Amino acid sequence: MKAATLPVELVDVHTRFGKQVVHDGISLGIHAGELLALIGGSGEGKTTLIRHIAGLSKPDRGEVRLFGQPFAAGTYNERRLRRQRFGMLFQHGALFSALNVFDNVAFPLREVGGLHADEIHTLVMSRLALVELDPQQAWLMPSQLSGGMVKRVALARALALEPELLLLDEPTAGLDPERAAGFVKLVRNLHDSLGLTVVFVTHDVDTLLALSSRVAVLADHRILACETVEEIMCLTHPFIDNFFHAYHRRDEPMTPWAR
Amino acid sequence: MRRGSRSAGPRLQRVDGGIHLHGDWTLAALRPRLMVLRHQLGTHRQNAVWDLSQVSRLDAFGALLLWRTWGGSYPETLIMPPALANSFERISHAPIVEEPRPARLERLLTRIGKGALNIVDNLRGMVELIGHIVDEVCRLPWHPREIPLRETSAAFYKDVVCALPIAALLGFLIGIVLSYLSALQLQNFGAETFLINILGLGVIRELGPVLVSILVAGRSGSAITAQIGVMRVTEEIDALAAMGVSRYQRLILPKVLGLTLGMPLLVAWTSAAAMIGGSFSAWMQLNIDLVSFFERLPAVVPIANIGIGLVKGAVFGLAIALLACHFGMRIKPNTESLSSHTTTSVVASITVVILLDAIFAVLTRTIGVAR
Repeated sequence: MKAATLPVELVDVHTRFGKQVVHDGISLGIHAGELLALIGGSGEGKTTLIRHIAGLSKPDRGEVRLFGQPFAAGTYNERRLRRQRFGMLFQHGALFSALNVFDNVAFPLREVGGLHADEIHTLVMSRLALVELDPQQAWLMPSQLSGGMVKRVALARALALEPELLLLDEPTAGLDPERAAGFVKLVRNLHDSLGLTVVFVTHDVDTLLALSSRVAVLADHRILACETVEEIMCLTHPFIDNFFHAYHRRDEPMTPWAR
Repeated sequence: MRRGSRSAGPRLQRVDGGIHLHGDWTLAALRPRLMVLRHQLGTHRQNAVWDLSQVSRLDAFGALLLWRTWGGSYPETLIMPPALANSFERISHAPIVEEPRPARLERLLTRIGKGALNIVDNLRGMVELIGHIVDEVCRLPWHPREIPLRETSAAFYKDVVCALPIAALLGFLIGIVLSYLSALQLQNFGAETFLINILGLGVIRELGPVLVSILVAGRSGSAITAQIGVMRVTEEIDALAAMGVSRYQRLILPKVLGLTLGMPLLVAWTSAAAMIGGSFSAWMQLNIDLVSFFERLPAVVPIANIGIGLVKGAVFGLAIALLACHFGMRIKPNTESLSSHTTTSVVASITVVILLDAIFAVLTRTIGVAR
């Protein structure tokens, strides 16, 4: 084995939209096998950062390295192979609305080419089983699915090529607490059994506590800290206080409102 | 035989009766050599000794490939590190569930039935839409504050004013072409002066309204359908309803009014452009100068034709707007539905315009034609 290359490495990333500065020198290394959470106030560019990692947008200055190489490096084919090494789950699923569940999950497999139809069938069904979807639901259209199911199908699609890296943009947004907890458990199980590296953006404390092995806090356009949850909770910063405030208060006994 | 170096690519070696697999057996690694490996795997028996201990990585596809080679069960002698067993577990339990498909005759009957019901449903939706609009129109005079003047003005600007340049160009070119071709034929009979009759009647009464309708159906009809459709998909129409704002009043009526009132003007503009183009061509080809062309025009084309052209324009505009709104409201939240309904909207608009034109031709056969 070579010296372990980091799946994701951000080096001094600067981003601005017009005059608005979003990232002002962000450096972050993500290790293989970790579950890294990105948290930060709204407008701090969490989603933009994850889009940088996925290569959907480019920083104005600085470099994003995936599996040890800059995004634009290599030939067309090498770049494509590198892209197949990660999967991304979009906030609203981004399922192809004209294709049914089966074809959505089969899409990346068919893109690879060279696979027989029955092989694709088996692989799709095994992916659906992985995200705990019923095989009968494979023939539904995305518009017939509930929010939680859309996320599961999108996850199955992101996992179709067995990526090493999984990027999740707000994985539990729009799910009720019970479904959110179920989804978090699912991602954890997949992480354990497939040995994934997971990077996710969230603003839900429950998801953060249940899923992350390390937390990167984006505040004031920089990475404020990148530690475990316990260490982050000890820090004092207006954003961190605010973020966990609601959580702390929830543990206190509920006092009845004015009688 | 055994090569010392260890590459990441998948390899398969036969070593005294046993089959040794090396390297990464993942989809990405297998893909470049898939044909060769499939062939190599196909020549080996399930009852050979399979040694997977040198496999560095195995994903679901690699596992599936081996699983199928083995005929759907583990071979009798298999040397495999336990870490790889997971991949086999996952694919061996994947169920085979075919898409439920009804029988052929049933499919055919369902299709015919659905098509018929769809027509009925469309007609009912259309009647409903017209009913709602009439209802709104009858209510508005008592609530003048709610008349959607701004929205109508916006629709008028977008669908009519913005279409002026392209409509003028279209009319001008058609006028030139029509005039040139007619002139060539008329010269054979020495009936050059009748060019003005042909152009005047043909353009003002027939071609002008129909051409503009086709242009507007493609330009505004599709835009209206797509806009209303996307507003449905993004729940904007529901948001309007939740605020107690009638979508018929704010969304549909302005577009219907804008097109119904604007189309006659667009028809007049296009017909005028066509007459100018035609007169130029007549001047070049037949040496009929512009002044005498426009002096003769009112004498040979009865004024009623302009009225017919303008009324046609209004009716066609109304039809296009109604159809565009109707199909927009039927769009379901997926991209396929959006594209198919936009296409249907334009095709239906053009078809209906031509049908209406035929009806007009029958109804007005005694008006404005010199015999």
